[in-house]
Amino acid sequence: MEAVGEFLRAYSTLFGGIGISCLLALSIWVTLYAGQLTLGNAAFMGVAAYTAALLTLKAQWPFPVALLAGAAAATALSLPLGLIVFRLRGVYLAIATLAFGEMVRIVILALPITGRGQGLNGIPPKTSVAAVAYVLARVRVSTLGRAWAAIREDELAAAANGIAVRRYTLAAFVIGAAVASWAGGLSAHQNFSIDPGQFGFSTAVQILVMAVVGGIPNVLGPLLGAALLTALPELLRFLREYRDIFQGAILILVIAYLPRGLITLFDLARTRRLMRIGQADVA
Amino acid sequence: MLLEIRRLTKRFGGVEAVADVDLSAESGSVLSLIGPNGAGKTTLVNCIAGQFLADGGVVGFRGEDITRLPPHERAKRGIARTFQGVRLFKGLSVLDNVLIGRHSRTRSDVVARIIPFGRADGAGDRDKAGELLHLVDLDSRHSELAGELSYGEQRRLEIARALAAEPSLLLLDEPAAGLNAAESARLRELVRALAGAGLAIVLIEHDVRLVMGVSERIAVLNFGRKIAEGTPREVQADPGVREAYLGVEDEAV
Ligand SMILES: Nc1ncnc2c1ncn2[C@@H]1O[C@H](COP(=O)(O)OP(=O)(O)OP(=O)(O)O)[C@@H](O)[C@H]1O
Ligand SMILES: [Mg+2]
Repeated sequence: MEAVGEFLRAYSTLFGGIGISCLLALSIWVTLYAGQLTLGNAAFMGVAAYTAALLTLKAQWPFPVALLAGAAAATALSLPLGLIVFRLRGVYLAIATLAFGEMVRIVILALPITGRGQGLNGIPPKTSVAAVAYVLARVRVSTLGRAWAAIREDELAAAANGIAVRRYTLAAFVIGAAVASWAGGLSAHQNFSIDPGQFGFSTAVQILVMAVVGGIPNVLGPLLGAALLTALPELLRFLREYRDIFQGAILILVIAYLPRGLITLFDLARTRRLMRIGQADVA
Repeated sequence: MLLEIRRLTKRFGGVEAVADVDLSAESGSVLSLIGPNGAGKTTLVNCIAGQFLADGGVVGFRGEDITRLPPHERAKRGIARTFQGVRLFKGLSVLDNVLIGRHSRTRSDVVARIIPFGRADGAGDRDKAGELLHLVDLDSRHSELAGELSYGEQRRLEIARALAAEPSLLLLDEPAAGLNAAESARLRELVRALAGAGLAIVLIEHDVRLVMGVSERIAVLNFGRKIAEGTPREVQADPGVREAYLGVEDEAV
């Protein structure tokens, strides 16, 4: 019995971990779908996690309220940041958002918080993943998603066709930040302790890798990438120590042979068509 | 006058790509811009549609000063364009390209899409897009990717996309480049039909025969300056123009 309990606990943690990963991969999907490379989502996750943890531990707020407050605070932070960094494009945008992440990490380095999380009573990540994936999938086929796709394909032409590029990319950034913040709040209560290292550079890159490996064409891509890259190293124990190498190898293979991500295995005909016109690397 | 440009100037470094140009375009007529390579035609169109901000002068549209407005605001006010190098959303479907062209006339349906069983009614926009694709002979190609079309078809799709916003001013930057004779003749008909329907059209074109046959007025640019303007006949007879531009063409013919 003891062994079974151990097993279940391990797996519920793993599934919780996959849920958080899925949310994070979805969070960066939003900006990637709009053609913008931003790497600030790990930081928004961190801000939300710390806020939520502080509110529960120090102010004794009930978990759901602390979770909401943490996510709201981090999302609110994304708006002014977005207004500043969306003057930038391409790699400069990526670097600026990374720099923001480093600033966040340094600030919260001063606030070590440890303690037992309260568990995920009533709000399991699974439900959140389903809800967020559903909403984003619907947004993708809306006028908003179409405008994002246009911006990704050609910003100049999008603007000439009446799309307010800054406003739409900023919206993608804030929505992505909201999803990452929600994931952060959930993770604070799932893990037994949080430390700034969890929200730094390597997590920022990890989030990107999950989404890119899975693929950007639709929301199933990030879900697949997150599930795969989170579960495999845990399930194949011997891979654990080589996690980074393993992920690097997958990333290289996918980019070389399936530039639109693993999810396009289910729609190779379309990938072939896009490759023929030289658009396969866009999405 | 729908479009009124006064003393427009655009510099790149020390070069005046457009210098002190006055120009106006009126509804229901075709104004052609001609001039040698590098004369500043595309730059002028970029200043009208907002891709470039002018360094001096005024762009007036429907009596409003739009000189400093960003491109999407100008699109909303009724200015549409095509690009010299064709800039389609290549990885998206032909239909989506036209629907995006309609962006400023389309109501956001995000909420209706998210609500389960909500009614997102894009039928009107779809019909309109279908009509435009019919107009440019791309009826059966709706679900193809824009990048899969032939060059001539891409040019036509770009015109359909520009028309999707129901503009009152259409800027065409060398729409006949790379078209064969039949396609070019078809384009000429289309341009006349659009002007007949009340659009103001500014046409940049090197094909002299097309320009002479299709335009009410022609303006000639050379080194960023407008060196002549008038009816096709007046411009053809202008000695300065013959020297700067048409003379070269005559030899080539
Ligand atoms: N983005 C830019 N940056 C710097 N210089 C530019 C830019 N765009 C145009 N120019 C310069 O401005 C001048 C006018 O160019 P423009 O493209 O407007 O000419 P054009 O009349 O359209 O020529 P063409 O018939 O070859 O298309 C040229 O000297 C060109 O090199
Ligand atoms: Mg040009």
